[in-house]
Amino acid sequence: MKNILEYLENAAEMFPEKIAFADEFSTITYRELLLKAQMIGSVLIRKSIGRSPVAVLLGKTPESLAALMGVVYSGCFYTVLDAEMPAARMNAILKDLAPAAVLTDQSHEAQLKQTNFNGPVLFMEDLFSEQPDREALSRVRAKSIDTDPVYVLFTSGSTGVPKGVVVCHRSVIAYTEWVGKTFHLNENTVFGNQTPFYFSMSVLDLFSTLRNAATLYIIPKKLFVFPAKLIDFLRERNVNTLYWVPSALAIVSNWKLFDYTPAPFLQTVLFAGEVMPAKVLNYWAAHLPETLFANLYGPTEVTDICAYYVVNRVFDDAESIPIGNACDNCDVLVVTPDGREAKPGEEGELLVRGSFLAMGYYNNPEKTAESFVQNPLNPYFPEPVYKTGDIVKRNSLGELLYVTRKDFQIKHMGYRIELGEIEACVYASGEIESCAAIYDADADQIILFYQSGTVDSPAISEALRNRLPKYMLPSRLIRLDHMLYNQSGKIDRNRLKLKYESEYKAAVPHKKGAEHN
Amino acid sequence: MDKLLEILRGVNPDVDFTKEKDLFGSHILDSLSLVMLIPDLEETFDIEITPADLLPENFESAETIYAMITRLQENG
Repeated sequence: MKNILEYLENAAEMFPEKIAFADEFSTITYRELLLKAQMIGSVLIRKSIGRSPVAVLLGKTPESLAALMGVVYSGCFYTVLDAEMPAARMNAILKDLAPAAVLTDQSHEAQLKQTNFNGPVLFMEDLFSEQPDREALSRVRAKSIDTDPVYVLFTSGSTGVPKGVVVCHRSVIAYTEWVGKTFHLNENTVFGNQTPFYFSMSVLDLFSTLRNAATLYIIPKKLFVFPAKLIDFLRERNVNTLYWVPSALAIVSNWKLFDYTPAPFLQTVLFAGEVMPAKVLNYWAAHLPETLFANLYGPTEVTDICAYYVVNRVFDDAESIPIGNACDNCDVLVVTPDGREAKPGEEGELLVRGSFLAMGYYNNPEKTAESFVQNPLNPYFPEPVYKTGDIVKRNSLGELLYVTRKDFQIKHMGYRIELGEIEACVYASGEIESCAAIYDADADQIILFYQSGTVDSPAISEALRNRLPKYMLPSRLIRLDHMLYNQSGKIDRNRLKLKYESEYKAAVPHKKGAEHN
Repeated sequence: MDKLLEILRGVNPDVDFTKEKDLFGSHILDSLSLVMLIPDLEETFDIEITPADLLPENFESAETIYAMITRLQENG
């Protein structure tokens, strides 16, 4: 197998009338999906733009997934644009990507017009008037190889400038095979999709659905805000498999939804994207004793995931859930700052090698060279590894534990401190919706932001004093009405730092300004 | 109703809650602001809001929130 479209074609042959994708309003069967994707592919082939990026600006609908497959049919690769992102960011992405075309619909035309894009624009409304050009589609397919890109997904870089991660067929196939075999997915699998299609986690939902001829229901976003009918939505559609970010799972535990509506129909619950608070997992596990839970770990640069841990024991509320071991057909290395393999228990940066690795960053050789490097443990032949920037260590069971981001590991009063460890203790101190510790290097202070309806700063302080050494205690605790999140729903530490500097840090005279005045 | 408007202005001071009819669609209310809003409402109006009340139609506008409060007070 060399092309992800084979998944779609196999499913359409075996289960043509089965629903592939659905949302609140519409459904698409495998037969319709195949036909629409081939129609879109045929139109794009006529534009003769092959092996170039095509940006897709659509709502989160079943038809938008047909558009993605259509782009792949044309021999191009797709970039999903977040329809809700600010115009400035969309502009930055369009500039970096310089797509050969943008695929959109009339309801998103105004948004596209706000950008500087002046290349060809195709409207979904115009693409389904002609039958697929089978001869052209076969010609393109015959030329395709498994290292051709499938997509470019943009991640927010730590500097705030988005980077486009290029992922090829071979990576998506290797990853999707691992998911399907490990979690025993099949045609009876029904996904309840939470993650946006511009986010790498959705790669699991989308391609696992196709590989296993499963069905995917897009959960309306509003059900994660007003969750009264969230569990009903899943039950009514026989959803049995979830792959959500921990903050979405936390909505269920914060509102104690299972106390009102049990969900024994959930067989498999996977999570990734951020650290899973043990407290949230414990609520889920207590209410779903028969369900398989697994913690998945990985960045967009390794397609989605490189290591995983199937939950097989009970965790204390303050404990961290391991990230486990490497996925099948993928390898992870823990390398110390002096370039050797870490011993058990010793911390090091996690590096990844193998077919899950992305090709690099689009139109960005510098950033690619920084992160995709020669395997430091192999001087003998070229072998790229991806440097995750995450510090990990192995516990006594040989499982990998996530320690912190390389950038979050700080030296404070001479001690090396993991900000994540402070956060884990805060979460264990009571009903905390969200928290983040940041480090003010100038003042050598740890600052803790938190959001909680019931717990106040003195209570958190006391809990931390009972659990942490003195040098790890935050100098300031700041309660927020709203935690700041970035577009993928993760805590936005850069913005928190800026907020701290502009609103909370004691005003220090600007030396430069004073000199000039 | 005035008490409710005061609480809502606490969530977002820049919105005219007497006019806004689609608090979710216009991104004024989200899951996080809801988490803050609910305990305030419960305390001020002496009601208990359960997950069953967390329906989009109850939180469309200040009016629908007020209608929910009145209903919960009557039933309580």
